[in-house]
Amino acid sequence: MKVSIYRYNPETDREPSMKEYEVDTNGKDLMVLDILALVKEQDSSMSYRRSCREGVCGSDGMNINGKNGLACITPLSQVAPGVLEGKKPLILRPLPGLPVIRDLVVDMGMFYNQYEKVQPFLQNTSPAPAIERLQTPEDRAKLDGLYECILCACCSTSCPSFWWNPDKFLGPAALLQSYRFLADSRDTATEERLSKLDDPFSLFRCHGIMNCVSVCPKGLNPTRAIGHIRSMLLERGI
Amino acid sequence: MSIRTITFDAIVVGGGGAGMRASLQMAQSGFKTALISKVFPTRSHTVSAQGGITCAIASADPNDDWRWHMYDTVKGSDYIGDQDAIEYMCNVGPEAVFELDHMGLPFSRTEEGRIYQRPFGGQSKNFGEGGQAARTCAAADRTGHALLHTLYQQNLKNGTQFYNEWYASELVKDDEGNVCGVIAIDIESGETVFFKAKATVFATGGAGRIYASTTNALINTGDGVGMALRAGVPVQDIEMWQFHPTGIAGAGTLVTEGCRGEGGYLINKDGERFMERYAPNAKDLASRDVVARSMMMEILDGRGAGPNGDHVFLKLDHLGEEVLHSRLPGICELAITFAQTDPVKEPIPVVPTCHYMMGGIPTNVHGQAIKLSGGHEGEEQFVNGLFAVGEVACVSVHGANRLGGNSLLDLVVFGRAAGLYIEDQLRQGMTQYEPTDANIDEAMARLRRWDESTSGESIPALRKELQSVMQNHFGVFRKGDLMAEGVAKLADLRERIGKAHLDDKSKPFNTARIEALELENLLEVAEATAIAAEGRTESRGAHSRYDFPDRDDENWLCHSIFDPKAKKLGKRDVNFKPKTVDTFQPKARTY
Repeated sequence: MKVSIYRYNPETDREPSMKEYEVDTNGKDLMVLDILALVKEQDSSMSYRRSCREGVCGSDGMNINGKNGLACITPLSQVAPGVLEGKKPLILRPLPGLPVIRDLVVDMGMFYNQYEKVQPFLQNTSPAPAIERLQTPEDRAKLDGLYECILCACCSTSCPSFWWNPDKFLGPAALLQSYRFLADSRDTATEERLSKLDDPFSLFRCHGIMNCVSVCPKGLNPTRAIGHIRSMLLERGI
Repeated sequence: MSIRTITFDAIVVGGGGAGMRASLQMAQSGFKTALISKVFPTRSHTVSAQGGITCAIASADPNDDWRWHMYDTVKGSDYIGDQDAIEYMCNVGPEAVFELDHMGLPFSRTEEGRIYQRPFGGQSKNFGEGGQAARTCAAADRTGHALLHTLYQQNLKNGTQFYNEWYASELVKDDEGNVCGVIAIDIESGETVFFKAKATVFATGGAGRIYASTTNALINTGDGVGMALRAGVPVQDIEMWQFHPTGIAGAGTLVTEGCRGEGGYLINKDGERFMERYAPNAKDLASRDVVARSMMMEILDGRGAGPNGDHVFLKLDHLGEEVLHSRLPGICELAITFAQTDPVKEPIPVVPTCHYMMGGIPTNVHGQAIKLSGGHEGEEQFVNGLFAVGEVACVSVHGANRLGGNSLLDLVVFGRAAGLYIEDQLRQGMTQYEPTDANIDEAMARLRRWDESTSGESIPALRKELQSVMQNHFGVFRKGDLMAEGVAKLADLRERIGKAHLDDKSKPFNTARIEALELENLLEVAEATAIAAEGRTESRGAHSRYDFPDRDDENWLCHSIFDPKAKKLGKRDVNFKPKTVDTFQPKARTY
């Protein structure tokens, strides 16, 4: 099958280009990450990130035939009709909207900065008890769909609002994290967290486009979390 | 020799659970600490841990006792776990787990609002007399992910200085062998730097990638073990590799033991629940070495499933959709992705798969690395300046076989312990050993070797060959002549890897260079494993030999210790002196 990969090495290339490779899959429905390993055997200079190879570490987010996803849990059959059969090429590009360091490796600095801005850690001013802080199963269930984020950046880099204002709009991943702590019955910094979000950009640049929801490899729903924060901000304003 | 030097009080190499627990402790103390990680920390392999963290917090059973946990762990280790270290881990454990809750770890909950605990293999109440215990604290089946993210978040809060995507390539020692720091490469720019510190803490994890089939992440290449061995630091019990009973057949991805804890069980091709024959009491919750061997016996006896009869099944559908989706959501996802199987409807094809390195750098409970004065024999001495925690260390709480859920506990307890100890030592005044230019130059030698290579075999091909040697010669069942062949093949590979070729010598984000350096570490771990496995002439825990089928307490109730310089295997005493409880005496191990 044909694989077309975005190549750029700042040391030698003046501008990026797409490079074509021919890979023999024996008709197997391999994962995109397996294809990358086969390409690397042919051309060791092609760089990409990878670690767990099972969709939990978030290293190998990339743009696969136009859609962001994790290479390790995307089988060829799910990329686009005809790719598995070799009728259409597999096209791999770095995540959009972030500076490219080399080939499929992007500089995630802006993404991590926004994550850090939401103070993604539990805050509780009361002294810790000798055992765990108790939490009902119902309160714990409020964290499901929030804590599972793997920081792969597939969502934020598919969001036009984030492309436009990556420094001021926090983006879906960071906002999901923000709500993860707002929703935690053990966290007491609600007011402080909300006041930091109450400006025209941090959260309100979300226009409900929902690209984040459609690409999240973990099936999470940042738009819903953003909606919950909106409601909390509204209630607070009244 | 001009190389940029960055100086800290302490450096931690590795950003998994153990490394980040250590760095957190030191960041809170105010000492200048850096954490060097070859991946962004939340991409470390701890993230893949599923089932939980075993600890007697007395939630599922208000009468639970850490001494029962200690008994299980000693028995699980097949009696070569150090009882002082196991005592420390099980006793301090509850405090370390409650701290994780206070940090925000989203544990699953009981109706009383306490942390949810599930049964895991090898767990008992009342020193093996009171039946199955439920002692593994869980956040659904994503406990490692929840733990790793929580620790990263706390490190952010406390201002740890991170060097993410920096690769530590070599220890720097002075002429006396005292550790002065490490050489590390900034992967993004390609710059090489000397990190100088009074304390160098290795938290580099395991090396499951020495095997062709493993649950381990691609990054688990034994970098810390490789660096230690090249620096002449010995490794202990390195022949002890855990094969997890339930890796997804073909893909190798892990399916948590928590599945069996929640009531799942293994069946052979005839649908028989075969563990009832091998472990009549504990059945599917016998310890991992026992279950993995039983599965292999079924397969070798022709009762394996599939066209090649090469796997068995893990049956879960009887638990019902609701339990599976609430308690084991991640497993449902993984089974669909990697086995095209929905566990709600059909059983998952599974096979024993390399999972965990019980051996590693010998340490005491403070993480201080230990060597012997004569290499493989003689007096115990500290390797000044070097510490190890987590999977790379052999403290040893796992002995010849680790119990499920004890790995995450090991990480947080000993990461924390090393942090506390180093903090205290720094306060009292720790020595900064100073390397000469020649010492630093020596540590740069292998980087230069690759940069000067002009021709030779390719890295991926050599790696595959090494992995298949380990898979075929040092698997679940071992045999002297087969292992001797394996040792010879590895000697040949050493020669060829020494002449292999790095064709891409560019600087920015050159992952080919990193893979070359990792290959050399894989080789070091593989060779140590092979020589130690051939040398331990008995069967104990995960080390099972056809030619020596019995445990031999007379000769081998001890650690093995591998001296990399002489390539010789020696012995080291196991600690049988816990401080607050009576010694658990070795006895026959049945489940």
